[in-house]
Amino acid sequence: MTEPLLSIRGLTKAYPGVVANDDVSFDIQPGEVHALLGENGAGKSTLVKMIYGLVKPDSGEMLLRGKAFAPSEPKAARASGVAMVFQHFSLFDALSVAENIALGMADPPAMRDLAERIRAVSDQYGLPLDPWRIVGDLSAGERQRVEIIRCLLQDPKLLIMDEPTSVLTPQEVQILFETLRKLKSEGTSILYISHKLEEIRALCDEATILRLGKKVATCTPRDTTAREMAELMVGAELHVPSREQKEPGAVRLALKDLAVKSPSEFGTSLKGITLEVRAGEVLGLAGVAGNGQDELLGALSGEIRSANDMVSLDGKAIGATGPRERRRMGLLTAPEERLGHAAAPDMSLTENAALTGAERKGIVSGGFLNWGRARGFAKEIIDRFDVRTPGTENTARSLSGGNLQKFVIGREVMQAPEVVVVNQPTWGVDASAAAVIRQALLDLATGGAAVIVISQDLDELMEISDRFGALNEGRLSEVRPAQGLTVDEIGMMMGGSHDMEVADV
Amino acid sequence: MDLSAINPVLLIASLMVAATAVMIAAIGELIVERAGVLNLGVEGMMITGAICGFAAAVQTGSPTIGFVAAALGGAALSLLFAFLTQFALANQVASGLALTLFGLGLSALLGQGYQGIKPPSTPRIDIPVLSDLPWVGRILFGHDLMVYFGLALVAAVWAFLKYTRAGLVLRAVGENHDAAHALGYKVIRIRVMAIAFGGACAGLGGAYISLIRVPQWTEGMTAGIGWIALALVVFASWKPWRVLLGAYLFGGVTVLQLNLQAAGIAIPVEYLSMSPYIITIVVLVIMSADKSRAPASLGRIFHATH
Amino acid sequence: MIRLEKRREPSQVFAYLTPVLAVLVTMIAGGLMFAALGKDPFVAIKTIFYDPLFGQYASFDRPQLLVKGGPLVLIAIGLSLGFRAGIWNIGAEGQYILGAIFGAGVALAFYPLDAWFIFPLMILAGAFGGFLWAMIPGILKVKFGTNEILVSLMLVYVAEQLLASMSLGLMKNPEGFGFPGSRNLQQYPSAHNAEIIANSGMHWGVAAALIAVIFAYVLLARHQLGYHIRLTGEAPRAAKFAGVSPGRLILVCLGFSGAFAGLAGMFEVSGPAGQVTIDFNTGYGFTAIIVAFLGRLHPVGILLAGLLMALTYIGGEVAQSSLGLPSAAIQMFQGMLLFFLLAMDVLTGYRIRFGQGETA
Repeated sequence: MTEPLLSIRGLTKAYPGVVANDDVSFDIQPGEVHALLGENGAGKSTLVKMIYGLVKPDSGEMLLRGKAFAPSEPKAARASGVAMVFQHFSLFDALSVAENIALGMADPPAMRDLAERIRAVSDQYGLPLDPWRIVGDLSAGERQRVEIIRCLLQDPKLLIMDEPTSVLTPQEVQILFETLRKLKSEGTSILYISHKLEEIRALCDEATILRLGKKVATCTPRDTTAREMAELMVGAELHVPSREQKEPGAVRLALKDLAVKSPSEFGTSLKGITLEVRAGEVLGLAGVAGNGQDELLGALSGEIRSANDMVSLDGKAIGATGPRERRRMGLLTAPEERLGHAAAPDMSLTENAALTGAERKGIVSGGFLNWGRARGFAKEIIDRFDVRTPGTENTARSLSGGNLQKFVIGREVMQAPEVVVVNQPTWGVDASAAAVIRQALLDLATGGAAVIVISQDLDELMEISDRFGALNEGRLSEVRPAQGLTVDEIGMMMGGSHDMEVADV
Repeated sequence: MDLSAINPVLLIASLMVAATAVMIAAIGELIVERAGVLNLGVEGMMITGAICGFAAAVQTGSPTIGFVAAALGGAALSLLFAFLTQFALANQVASGLALTLFGLGLSALLGQGYQGIKPPSTPRIDIPVLSDLPWVGRILFGHDLMVYFGLALVAAVWAFLKYTRAGLVLRAVGENHDAAHALGYKVIRIRVMAIAFGGACAGLGGAYISLIRVPQWTEGMTAGIGWIALALVVFASWKPWRVLLGAYLFGGVTVLQLNLQAAGIAIPVEYLSMSPYIITIVVLVIMSADKSRAPASLGRIFHATH
Repeated sequence: MIRLEKRREPSQVFAYLTPVLAVLVTMIAGGLMFAALGKDPFVAIKTIFYDPLFGQYASFDRPQLLVKGGPLVLIAIGLSLGFRAGIWNIGAEGQYILGAIFGAGVALAFYPLDAWFIFPLMILAGAFGGFLWAMIPGILKVKFGTNEILVSLMLVYVAEQLLASMSLGLMKNPEGFGFPGSRNLQQYPSAHNAEIIANSGMHWGVAAALIAVIFAYVLLARHQLGYHIRLTGEAPRAAKFAGVSPGRLILVCLGFSGAFAGLAGMFEVSGPAGQVTIDFNTGYGFTAIIVAFLGRLHPVGILLAGLLMALTYIGGEVAQSSLGLPSAAIQMFQGMLLFFLLAMDVLTGYRIRFGQGETA
């Protein structure tokens, strides 16, 4: 056996109150695609941040080609041939592609030469990119290409990719995999972080599975079933949500040619969206991030107003009414961004319960707030959804992501909505909490509410949707029954490969 | 009233002088804001620079030393702001206001005993032949060195931001400090340097008022020029050359209203004196349509969490 | 190496402790400054903080505490509502001037009529004047997105010129022997904001300040508008999601702060100051910013901070006459207080750790 490219020996890193990594060891061979698998919060991010020099381990060591490797900063890691593509892109919207790439290089050539090299490398790996375009105007897939090319220009020996496919359509994923296989054939090792099991089985040679900061197993993905890996990852058997099948009822929410301009400069405007959701029905809306999901939620919550007849609830036009009036009528929403949008980080759970519950829960009367009732409502949510927190007076920020998500979704679910719209309801939530949230949404539908779930997690959508559509550049695809849709069909609804294989020079 | 007493050549020449202080201060603040920091303390740093420069020039008899002292004084004061906002993570708006209030008090204290003194005069450059050319000579070649320094500074800042790697890094930090941090750039160090540069520029601008423009020391003599410099940065959409344009516009209004006062126009003096501020507001309103250029991280607190 | 670690919950202890610590540190730093000026620091500190309350002439100084504290608290309460919501009205000085001009304008218009309704009308006019002046940045921000900090500040300079023009022109006392300044309202009983209790310093403006404190307390703690103000400051997007209309909130906050500053100006011109003069305004509008922050934007805190700041004014004057301490030293002292407060505030949200830091 050859000497491993990178050996990780007993890495440990603790933060106050949580051990992010506990004695983790594994090897990455040259030319190997190595998966790092685990749930949210399992410690994957901390581990790669240590490899990339962003975080210092408390104990343990790393060996790069047999030599001690302890990068003090990303620059040092890059100099040793380690490159990383982040999950949340570390890009600068207002700068051009070439400027963004120059910022990631230790010693960039003159802009004109750099632009030439960008074109050359991007053509070589089938990732066409115009170096002079402003990054803020690019699609999510194109933005990822900027990151990848930034890494490739440094000739990395080890390329770390953090959840790279979460922003891609299935077709785009295939193209990315081709690129990665080409890199592998040239001898580059790849550390591939994901929780999507089928992808890992298709791409990776080895997999290290983390749970609660500890390594629980190493396996060869091709020889392991997805179910086995899932159970290693979660440490328990998975609960699949269930529901009774019912005939859908009357139309509750209808959008007619909904068109609104995005309030943010690099946002996506909605263009002519028409749809209907009936009582007892779950409509799943897929789409790569940044294709109008936030704007659609805003247009439904009332944060973005439209022409009055573009949105109607139980036959009544509400496009021009504000959020509070919509809530009174029974249209409740939960945005994607938990901290800062769905909840105020530094306010208590009581105060956050009043944020959307003021009207329907009788917390406000004559303009004055009844904090006792707000506290009672917060308590109800905490009890029913098993939100882990010392009490109602703790701030939203003090909750873990999953617990806050349960609180935010619970807050809407427990107001007995007529129509509920959620964006990314289980993003960053562990599997058991996700199951609770999905079940709560299904129960609402069973109870006669209309439910819209906007999500980038296709598995989730296929699991709970009755009908399925996809957002692509602010437009809605045809909405079809979810049952029997193939991955290819879904991919095409999401916009196919966004011309990824065609050079757009 | 005698409008013919207003000489257009002198008007242009003096508007260049009137514009210089606000221009230097604004170009400094532009760098600070491009790095993602909003320092509302320009007025405080200017007035501190004004007295530091004035005192040093009076003590040493050298205006040059005065200007150096002014830059140091402004930079030193700005480091207090840097400490508050970059290390103690205080709110930038509140810290900027604190800096202005503190600077006004500090300058008044330092200025005890300097009232009513004349500072050593700063010579105008006088290039034989060129300076004597009709019209152009007086406008282009008859100023003190600081007028040219201001113009050179605008050009230098423009070139720095557009062509240098350091300028690119500075813009990147102002655009997205988390991403810049993830790439390994020292966000706080870069911002502290930018803040100090802004402070030095504000100090120079203040000294220009106390040493050349007026020239003498009175408490609160900057009279809102620092705030106008902040407005200029917005007006300029964070682009260096438009700072120059804005400064000349402001200088023009100032000089014109002074000339009108001198000419005895039938508008009360007070209404003429408020005109630069009103015009600044009007310009701000017109420019606020174009907000897209503001650095995305402007005014946000940066704290590295990992 | 020292580094900061964000607390999961803001510390309650430090929320109360930091203003006290800031005052103490400012006293120490201020003492050093006084020593540098050649004064005995202990005598200076005693002269400023102790003598006005308990010294030989305390009976004369104590009422001044209310006279100076009243406008500071009134203005600061108004400002704090906006500051809480992230709306930065820093032009209270201008709104204060306009309130005085409007209030005095009503009085001078009715002079020498003797009628009960004049003073109430002046109160309304004063509040309206400040409100109007604050609506300029408000409407410009809502309509065009113009920066309210710069506009409200520019309007201070405009207001000062307006004040000069009034005291030299329209409002000049026709019987004033050519001196600038209006008639003295203290000599016009229908318009005089006299002391409610003689020699207590307690005039109607002080009463208004106390009412404002209670009003703001109830608003922030119990009313939905107050909740929306806090929510907007904490998380603007969440506020919009909750159904707050940002434009309306901007106008409400600026309206309140403008009206309160205007009231303060009106009570001042009809009471302690007596007349519209060129140098009528003495920086209360700016000092109130310090008061608002020192009181942690909390109504009760502002009340205490206002009294403390009034004390430094009075003590400063005493120290000026008895020790020859320059008035600028007091101004700087007040600035320092805000500085230290902001610096200490980090302790509320963060924990300081010593030892080996992360790569930052």
